[in-house]
Amino acid sequence: MRVMKLIIKNMLRHKLRTFLTVVGIAIAVMAFGLIRTVITAWYAGVEASAANRLITRHAVSFIFPLPLAYESRIEKVPGINLVTYANWFGGVYIDKDQFFARIAVDAEHYFDVYPELIVPQDQLATFKRERNACIIGSQIAERYNLKIGDIMPIEGDIYPGRWEFVVRGIYKPRDKGTDPSNMIFHWQYLEERMKEEAPVRSGQVGWYVIKINNPAEDAQVSRQVDDLFANSPAETKTETEKAFQQGFMASAGAIITAINLISFIVIGIIMLVLGNTMIMAARERVREYAVLKTLGFSTWHLVGLIAGESLAISTLGGAIGLAVTFPLTAAFAEALPKGWFPVFNVEPITIVLAGSAAILVGVIASVFPIQRALGTSIVEGLRQAG
Amino acid sequence: MKIPLKYSLRSLWTRRLTTVLTMIGIALVVFVFAAVLMMAHGLQKTLVATGSDDNMIVLRKSASGEITSIIGREEAAIITSLPQVARLPDGKALASGEVVVIVNLQYVGTEGYANIMVRGVSPEASLLRPQARLTSGRLFRFGSREVIVGSSVARRFQGAGLGERIKFGGDLWEIVGIFDTEGSGFDSEIWGDGDQLGQAFERSVFSTVTVRLTSAAQRQEFLTAFEADRRLQTLEAKPEKQFYEEQSELMAMFIRILGIAITVIFSVGAIIGAMITMYAAVSNRTVEIGTLRSLGFRRRSVLSAFLVESFLLSMLGGLAGLLLASILQFFSVSMINFASFSEIAFSFALSPEIILMSLLFAVIMGIVGGFLPAVRAARLDILSALRAA
Repeated sequence: MRVMKLIIKNMLRHKLRTFLTVVGIAIAVMAFGLIRTVITAWYAGVEASAANRLITRHAVSFIFPLPLAYESRIEKVPGINLVTYANWFGGVYIDKDQFFARIAVDAEHYFDVYPELIVPQDQLATFKRERNACIIGSQIAERYNLKIGDIMPIEGDIYPGRWEFVVRGIYKPRDKGTDPSNMIFHWQYLEERMKEEAPVRSGQVGWYVIKINNPAEDAQVSRQVDDLFANSPAETKTETEKAFQQGFMASAGAIITAINLISFIVIGIIMLVLGNTMIMAARERVREYAVLKTLGFSTWHLVGLIAGESLAISTLGGAIGLAVTFPLTAAFAEALPKGWFPVFNVEPITIVLAGSAAILVGVIASVFPIQRALGTSIVEGLRQAG
Repeated sequence: MKIPLKYSLRSLWTRRLTTVLTMIGIALVVFVFAAVLMMAHGLQKTLVATGSDDNMIVLRKSASGEITSIIGREEAAIITSLPQVARLPDGKALASGEVVVIVNLQYVGTEGYANIMVRGVSPEASLLRPQARLTSGRLFRFGSREVIVGSSVARRFQGAGLGERIKFGGDLWEIVGIFDTEGSGFDSEIWGDGDQLGQAFERSVFSTVTVRLTSAAQRQEFLTAFEADRRLQTLEAKPEKQFYEEQSELMAMFIRILGIAITVIFSVGAIIGAMITMYAAVSNRTVEIGTLRSLGFRRRSVLSAFLVESFLLSMLGGLAGLLLASILQFFSVSMINFASFSEIAFSFALSPEIILMSLLFAVIMGIVGGFLPAVRAARLDILSALRAA
């Protein structure tokens, strides 16, 4: 206990320096938290993917459609529970800077395969009945102030022309990681118009989503599906939803690596700031340590004294930094153009990492001063003029 | 009277460990600051180099990129017949109606796949883009299933080397050449005969049409003629450079917003680091300062000596950080361009502005961090300072 008291007294000796160090650590922890949050937000799509869903797309790349006729053939593969499909619609809503996914889906089964999109029963029933209906995510409803019954006009690009959709449902994300910013409408609506305007493009779907009974069978089912269409004009590539999402992110890998690297540089910087403070403190107190040793304090007392002070400063700074991380990430999300990161949360793992980094830094920063304090003999220490 | 520079230098040297730690702190911040700017600059440089001044690119109005644009053959014919379009001696328009699609290729050495743009071009395309040079092999023959690949594609993807065959569009395409465009976005593409690729992918329409104007000065007239034609109302013409610049905007903005947020936070941290160091320098040397003052050095001299010291500290840190960052120029990174959904490779690029900004940034950190401690040193009272020991 006496050591505790000494630690606090020591911390208060250079109030300004301790204050600056705490602020420095708090800032670094905050930066660390922000960077990690950006990384986790980037991978939100990967994290949100379900283990029992497979995605089948055109083997060449996702921009090529698959025939609708594949549906009935895929359904026959053993181990498959449900097959549904969707098309990327794209288009422009209001202007080109409004980022959110607009997709045409198989209205009958899509929401059965994606149980994390929670739509009230009555809204879903109305949606299924009306061809030009759409269901939007709660974030979209909020961002554009859309209510049930409103009309969403969209200028098509992949499917040229003007399109109008009536909002018939608003889904809520089940999990924190679920994308709350999709706009989902009838594939059938798209199909009818394609039949009239561009018959060659009718009967095509962008990708199939397959719900399998047993997630452990993913590789086997994927292979069986792909084998069905091998050597046909439209070969398929089936993979787990997670792998599909990761594929999208693979190209961004270098950037993510760079951001990751930066987050570790931040930890390096915290270490430098705290290490510097502790080294200075130790340098000033060489004589004092000698006095303590003379009075009979053991080596362990000294270790406890120095490490304790270092840890106290780092955990204090870490705690403040973590507390500020939440408003900071919220402000950062506000500063970004809307829709870049539909899911932007401080994940528990981020908090754990930042907290343990602060503690680790506290321990490491005290190593050098301890070494110095222990290495100096009493006589040498007493002789030093401070 | 001024305190000699040597005093400041020696002071830094005496407390080497603290000096080095502070310097590393500043160096790291400058490194991150410079790296972020270099990345954004590199990306933009690559995409802007992709366009050339007297080319115009035509897309569908609502299209966000080449991949989502559709232009009919008749519309393309109207565009190329506009009078401002440059012509070859045989009267053919200097224009390329292009089919753009995306194919998946696997990286060398890893599991990951990336989306690569395949561009079907017209025979005139090489005249439109004179910066494209073949580094090995030959040009594909029009009318055959051959392609040439950009240097960055050839280097980074499996089965994309000279003489190999890529499978897409229900056929095998032989790679007969590798081309390089001096670091523009085209280096991340595959080029082939537009008619062949169109057939293979069952596309009877173009994605975009690129035309060369008789001169860059004709741009306004071309745009006026273009907009006046009712048949082209769903389309939009843009200078090629501007188009590629817009394509890079989103990603460059992301890099910048994140980069600025991080560096602002970092710099506060580094300023605090410098402040701690300089405060300690002042309190360690209280007697020394008292001695200086009693020798007749003025408050102002003491202030400037300490400021010089922190200036030197930050300058050293800044230079070290820049040196570290300049090594990055040897690395190229790739990222997905969300405007085209395909991959683009670019390298970190250093520019004189970035060097200047980084050093300025370092010095500001040093001066801001060193100012308050220097003021404290200057305001020390001679008597109590001498007594402090």
